Amino acid sequence: MTDMSYTASQSGSRAGKIALRWTLYLMLGLFALFYLMPLFVMVTTSFKSLDEIRTGDLISLPREVTFEAWRTAWSQACTGIQCEGVRPYFWNSVLIAIPAVLISTLIGALNGYVVAQWRFKGANLFFALMLFGCFIPFQVVLLPMARTLGLMGMAGTIPGLIFVHVIYGLGFTTLFFRNYYVSIPSELTKAAKVDGAGFFRIFWSIFLPLSLPIIVVTVIWQFTQIWNDFLFGVSFSQAGTQPVTVALNNIVNSTTGVKAYNVDMAAAIIAALPTLFVYVVAGKYFVRGLTAGSVKG
Amino acid sequence: MAPILEINNLFKSYGSTQILKDINVAIEQGDFLVLVGPSGCGKSTLLNCIAGLEPITDGRLSIGGQDMTHVNPKDRDIAMVFQSYALYPTMTVAKNITFGMKVRGVDQSTQDEKLKHVATQLQIEPLLNRKPGQLSGGQRQRVAMGRALVRDPKLFLFDEPLSNLDAKLRVEMRTEIKALHKRLGASMVYVTHDQIEAMTLATKIVVMKGGVIQQIGTPSEIYNHPANLFVADFMGSPAMNLIPAKTKNNGQGVEIEIARETGGPITLIDTKNKDLPENVILGVRPEDIADANLRRSEDRQEADCMIDIVEPAGADTFAVMQLGGKQVTARLHAETAAVAGQNLNLAFDLGKVSYFGPETGERLN
Repeated sequence: MTDMSYTASQSGSRAGKIALRWTLYLMLGLFALFYLMPLFVMVTTSFKSLDEIRTGDLISLPREVTFEAWRTAWSQACTGIQCEGVRPYFWNSVLIAIPAVLISTLIGALNGYVVAQWRFKGANLFFALMLFGCFIPFQVVLLPMARTLGLMGMAGTIPGLIFVHVIYGLGFTTLFFRNYYVSIPSELTKAAKVDGAGFFRIFWSIFLPLSLPIIVVTVIWQFTQIWNDFLFGVSFSQAGTQPVTVALNNIVNSTTGVKAYNVDMAAAIIAALPTLFVYVVAGKYFVRGLTAGSVKG
Repeated sequence: MAPILEINNLFKSYGSTQILKDINVAIEQGDFLVLVGPSGCGKSTLLNCIAGLEPITDGRLSIGGQDMTHVNPKDRDIAMVFQSYALYPTMTVAKNITFGMKVRGVDQSTQDEKLKHVATQLQIEPLLNRKPGQLSGGQRQRVAMGRALVRDPKLFLFDEPLSNLDAKLRVEMRTEIKALHKRLGASMVYVTHDQIEAMTLATKIVVMKGGVIQQIGTPSEIYNHPANLFVADFMGSPAMNLIPAKTKNNGQGVEIEIARETGGPITLIDTKNKDLPENVILGVRPEDIADANLRRSEDRQEADCMIDIVEPAGADTFAVMQLGGKQVTARLHAETAAVAGQNLNLAFDLGKVSYFGPETGERLN
């Protein structure tokens, strides 16, 4: 009797379940549309000619696809008095972001390893201070940092910007690696010590090989932060060392006369492509790395 | 020959909390020392101090006659097996075992030779190319042992190596460790909270509580002559019966009187001991209380007791009763006639009896 009533109630609710599922998909679809709308407008606008933009509809597809705006944005658009497009600034950003990401990730890994596995006196205080560093609003440090860079002779240079990004990334990278390494049993370190391995040997042979998920998380995070940074880029650079975000701003804001929306859109997409690329390539590790903490040993 | 391990007046504190107080232990080459005690007694900390993984607050420690008090773990000539096995997760079994040699710069051919030897010894050859994640608990345990064995150190340290295994495997590995110890003739220090492991493996046991050594002795000394109430209660399963009693010295020995709730007191005569205080705690192992009809021994004295509970355990049957206000367990023959709620004639054997002071808890005889 109980069996029958059980199956009956199950099949009775099956229709309800399907309805629920479809409602869910519908909602998700609507949300996705909502979020994708700006991207859609950006992409379509970038492939339109200025004439078409002026006469056409904002959300319509381009009648005639043209890459002219992309070409202009890449190599001809004017950022103030120079008209070289975003290309030189794009490479500036690459030169800033890659070393800064690598250095801050490596130092963060070492910091996290020390704080989690080689507990020294005051390790907790040290970590708390590092954490505090994550929450300092960057506007506060602009003047002292400008002074520091000046004293170090790195004002307005790309190494100077790398330095700034490494320093302000360390709080987060240390936090990521510390939280990952803290879940690794301390017996692993002990066993390696008894086996005769030293500080760097243990880090290199045992901890780094375990760290792929958290390295991916940190690299994505740092790359996004540094590539998208505008404040440091605009404050600590000079003509010739500006990152792509600053160039984008200049292209959009320094044009006179008719606004070349298609060029603006193309430049914006170019500036956003690398972060998009990193997410597509490493995105699945990102989620995995955030959720996977413990190591099954 | 100098003792292989000697610890003198060792103290260990974390801040103001004392973890280990005045530890003095020495073992000879080939000894199997077991540190046993309830959790939090400091036994693992002591092992970490021996390994050099925890600095010592005060005292001296020498291994193989050399002062090792402030020496790095890697230079102590020790190998350690951990409770969680602590295998390096990204390395294969072979790499796990040879990691120590690789770090020390041992040449490849010696590494291969030793790896092969140890793998044969522990029967883990088919596993050498696997990662620790692909091994079962027992296999990981073996690999961890292999990593220690391959080093051929002066001293082996084991930190509760069997407590993550299931009961059956634990007994198997216990026997294997004992056989290994016998075959290698190596010196070992072994931490466990399992008193049966301690009894079966050790040549010497250290019983600890609250960072203080309670007793050091051979398994038989610890079992038959516990130094105090804690050791008496901790070692042995079921635990030693500790019954409050009154004594009276008479000509030939001591008359012991145990009060009962129902019926008159039980009186036993101990001819081997004398000059005991009036109030004592009588320590009798469950196996020294037997079914009077089934056991014949010289020291036995019979008394009728009311049995409260009968617990058959296969090879033995345990009978629980109330004596002197305490639950008392008797280890009876499996074919006992004991029935819960009925009287049974029991034989008390006082040949190995212990007496403890009720206030001090110390052994009196």
